[in-house]
Parts: sequence; C-alpha cells; structure tokens
Amino acid sequence: MQATASAAPIPTRRVLSPNALMLRRFTKEKTAVFGLLVILLFALLAVFAPLLAPFDPLAQDIPNGLAPPSAEHWMGTDKLGRDIFSRMLYGARISLGAGLGVVIMAGLVGTLVGIVAGYVGGWLDEALMRVTDIFFAFPSLILAMAIAGALGPSLQNALIAVAVVTWPVYARLIRGQVLVLRDREFVLAARSVGASHGLILRRHLFPNTLSPLLVQASFEMGTVILAVAGLSFIGFGAQPPTPEWGVMISEGRNYITTHWWLTFFPAMAMLFAVAGFNLVGDGLRDVLDPRLRR
Amino acid sequence: MTTFIIRRLGGLVFVIFGVSLLTFFLAQLVPADPVAAALGSNARNEQVEAYRQQLGLDQPVVTQYAIYMGRMLQGDLGASIRTRRAVADDLRDYLPATIELTLAALFVTILIGIPLGILAALNRNTWIDGGARILALIGGAMPIFYVGLVLLGVFYRQLQWLPGPGRLDSTVQPPTNITGLYTVDALLTGNWLVFGNAVSHLILPAITLGLFSTAVLLRMTRSSMLEMLGQDYVRTAKAKGLAQRLVVGRHVFKNALPPILTIIGILFGSLLSGAVLTETIFNWPGIGRYATTSVTTLDYPAVMGVALVAAVIYPLVNTLVDIGYSVIDPRVRTH
Repeated sequence: MQATASAAPIPTRRVLSPNALMLRRFTKEKTAVFGLLVILLFALLAVFAPLLAPFDPLAQDIPNGLAPPSAEHWMGTDKLGRDIFSRMLYGARISLGAGLGVVIMAGLVGTLVGIVAGYVGGWLDEALMRVTDIFFAFPSLILAMAIAGALGPSLQNALIAVAVVTWPVYARLIRGQVLVLRDREFVLAARSVGASHGLILRRHLFPNTLSPLLVQASFEMGTVILAVAGLSFIGFGAQPPTPEWGVMISEGRNYITTHWWLTFFPAMAMLFAVAGFNLVGDGLRDVLDPRLRR
Repeated sequence: MTTFIIRRLGGLVFVIFGVSLLTFFLAQLVPADPVAAALGSNARNEQVEAYRQQLGLDQPVVTQYAIYMGRMLQGDLGASIRTRRAVADDLRDYLPATIELTLAALFVTILIGIPLGILAALNRNTWIDGGARILALIGGAMPIFYVGLVLLGVFYRQLQWLPGPGRLDSTVQPPTNITGLYTVDALLTGNWLVFGNAVSHLILPAITLGLFSTAVLLRMTRSSMLEMLGQDYVRTAKAKGLAQRLVVGRHVFKNALPPILTIIGILFGSLLSGAVLTETIFNWPGIGRYATTSVTTLDYPAVMGVALVAAVIYPLVNTLVDIGYSVIDPRVRTH
C-alpha cells in the first residue's frame, strides 16, 4: 500500500529550534530591531572611541570655545574649546560601561538572593523578601544619593550606589520565577532521580529564569544610564572634566538657550541609548513571553 | 477586610523600622567627621568633644541607635547639623513644597496620560497610536534634568511666558500657612493673586517631573484599554447597537481602570523620589533639595529624616491604594 508515496511531494517545512524561532520572531518586531541597531551603534562608538574621536576629549582650546557645529567640530565645542563629538563618544564608553557594570553587579546579587529565597522558602524567603520591601520603600534616587554621598562623590561610588538600589528588582523577579518552577514536573523528576540541590539550581532552575532576567536587564540598562547621569548632574557621580553625559549637561546648563549644542548632543545620545534598550526590552518581552503580547 | 488592613499596616511598621536601621547604618559609613565639618577647622578639641557628646556620638553605635529609635517614636528626628534646627521642623517646612509639586506633576500625568492612552488604543495602528507611542518612548528615555533646563531656558529666559525658579515671585508674599501648599492656602484665603502666581510657578516643574510618569501611564492605559477592547462583552455591547462613546465609557474604561489606578499609586511614590532632580533645577524648596544639600554637607541626621519620611509616604500611599482597590474589587483580598 505505497500508492501515494510517489505522488506529489509533501511540502516540507524546515523545523526551527526554539532559539531560531525566537530570533525570527524578534526580527519581526521592527521597533525592537531598530532599538538593537541603535544599541549596537552606541556599542561600536564606545569601543572604538579612541579611534573615532577626532580630538582628545579633555584637550582645551579656549580661544575656540563655544564654537557652533562645523565641518571641523561636528557637534561644536564647549566653553573650554573641547570637542563635543569626541566627548560624546567617550561618554558612550562611560554610560554603557556604567550600565553594564551596575546591571551585572545588581543582577548577580539579586539573582542569587532570588534563587535562594524562592528555592529554600520558609523563614529565609520571608526575611529576604522583607529586606527587599525596605529597599523598595526607599525613594531610590535619595538612597543612591545618600550612599554616594557617604562613600564620597565619584563615578565608581555612584555605580555602587545604583547597584545597591536596584538589586531587589532582580531578587523579586527571580524569586517569583523560581517559586513557579520549583514544583514543575521536570524539577520533581530531577529530584526523584536524586539530583542534588546544586544541580537542580544550576541545570534546571537558573536557565529557566534567564529570559525574564534578560528582559529586566535590558530595561534596567536604560534606568541605570539615566540614574548615573542624574547623580553626576547633581554632583554625586562622575566629576568634571570627565566626559560623562550627565556632567556635560551640567557644565552646559548656563548655555542652554545661547549655545544649544553643549547640552543637546549629550541629551540626545542619552535619549537614543535609553530608548534603544527600552525598545529591545519590549521586543524581548513580547518574544519570550507571548502571553503578554498585545 | 480589617485583617487585610491590619496586615498591610503591620508590614508598614516593619518597613519603617528597616528603613531607619538602613539610614542609621549609612550614617555610620560616612568617612568624614560631620562634627568637624559643622564646627569648621578652627574648632578646638574640647569644643568638638562637647558637641560630639551633645549629639550622643560618643556612645556605642547600638546605644546611639536605641536612643535614635526612642526619640523617633516620639516624633523627634534629631537636630540637623547644618541648620541647627530640629529635623522634624525642617521637614515640616520643606515637605509641603514637594507634595504640592508631586500632586501637580500627577495632575499633568493624568491629564495627558489617560486621554492619550485611550485615544491610542481606540485608534490602534494609526498615526495617532504611533504618535502616542513615540511620545511615550521619548518621555521614558529623556533625561528629565535636560527637559527642565530646556523648559526654563525657552519659556522663562527666552519667551518670558512663565516665571523662573522658586514657588512664588519674590514680590509676592506667601499665603497664610494652613496646609503649606501655596495653591491650596491661597484658595482657602481667597487670595487670587497669590493663587495665580503659585500656579504659574508650578507649570514648568510639574511638566518636567511629570514627563516620565506620563509616559508610563500612557502605555499602561493603552495596553489596559486594548485588553478590554478585545473582550467578548465589548463585542456584545457593540452588537446590540450601543454607541461607541457608551461602550468605551461604560464598559471598557471602567474595567480597564483598576490597573491604571494601581500604577497611579506607584507613580505618586516615584514622583516624590524623582523630585530631587526637578527641585534642584527649579530651585524648589522641597525635601529633595533639602536632601541634596544635606548629603553634600554630610548632615546625616537630616538625610535620615528625609529618607524616613519619604520611605513612610511611599508604602503608605501604596497601602492606601491597595485598600481602596480591595474596596472596589473584593477579589484582591484573598491574595
């Protein structure tokens, strides 16, 4: 009974792996792809800043100060004659680096706390979650300011401050994930064949928390970039003459209507970088959690 | 219902205790000596020692905390090293300015965020929706300190349409102090001149502070409306010939409201916190600016006071929202 075997070939569809499927879904989200391109552009600018920058970001040329954008200085110069384009490029290094550093620091601590709280449960979970309550109750910028002030104003201390303020976000998120996962069949199966707690955590629970973690991290990048720049703006973060975007806006604040380019370009850089991360976060969330798709 | 409220308030007490512990710990972290900073470098040793004793800084840390807590429970937040006044008195002066600014920003947020969110949802995938989403994207990614500077530069310095920093023109006398909110006090005393002046001073900082939360509320309203628009009962309402206005007003918006209310409660808290930058730019005499100056001068009793008050307000507002929420929708009580 193989009469139909030689008939018209059955149209085959290439079977995609889950990852390839997600990638394909992500690339269909136009705004998310745009966001990703913006981030990649900033990342390239940041990495190759020393090669791309036409001038030393700290080199002063006072006679040529406050020059409007021109062929030589694409984004003009500030009051000390420093090239704004070069400073903006180096600023990308600082802001992206700061974002990455804080997200990694806070993400590691938060994930660890969240996994332990969710997996162990009981009084430990209760205690850890009450601690996150306390951090959530705090107005984050005031706490970050108080920490940065106590440690002494510097970029590094601002990063520590923002990390201290943001880790509970990850802890809550991961705990919630682990609570759901911990009683799922595949975890019970692993436990029934005698897998150790360490193995279950590493092999089964942690990998399954990665996608929400990634979504959160993407949003946090934007938040952190704004927070660090805000701290620098009021004097508790990077200090002049560091070419940090918040510092650049602070230095140009008295020239906002007369020499707009001093503050406009760093502000736009921040707007695009943060919007890029937010768009990618939106796209990732839609792809990884189709239930939230709207 | 009562147990729900008691449980939430119990959690609040714990949070306040935790916050006081955390700020106290932070104050211990400060490497610089606040006493020396307050008295200046010319102070003699015995002066420093006397002031230290007066502040209780010569006691062991645990004792210091116990003393601090004991005083706090009586409403005494200690004395500011910088202003040499009771922190509670300082806060009583500065807090109303922040609350007024926050409420004004919340007003802007609701005024723009909800209508635009509804419009965007009703006109999904049209240019209106696109425009609203771009606005939300920009509002959520713009550094607000830049927005504040630009608004001041354009509308105050350049066009002179609106007044500059501060709560009132220097020629205008503040109204009789009743609530501390200038607009409310001016209304209560029927002082229209002061009211107009206070409102005109509020416009720019309120827009600056409210921009981010407007973006959040717009997105939330849009997605909540979209979710409800897709429900069966909406189709039924449409099918029976109900006017679009009634379908949206009576069915969709009402049901989309709970998540919107929750987010407004959360936004109120984040606005209080975000006020730091706005207050700095607009020279607004609120607790954000008080905190900034206090941190700069290492005046940690004052910082602890601000943190404590802010940390009480935020969960308190959220608790109130939750309680209000559980009145509207009894299902949440079981969670």
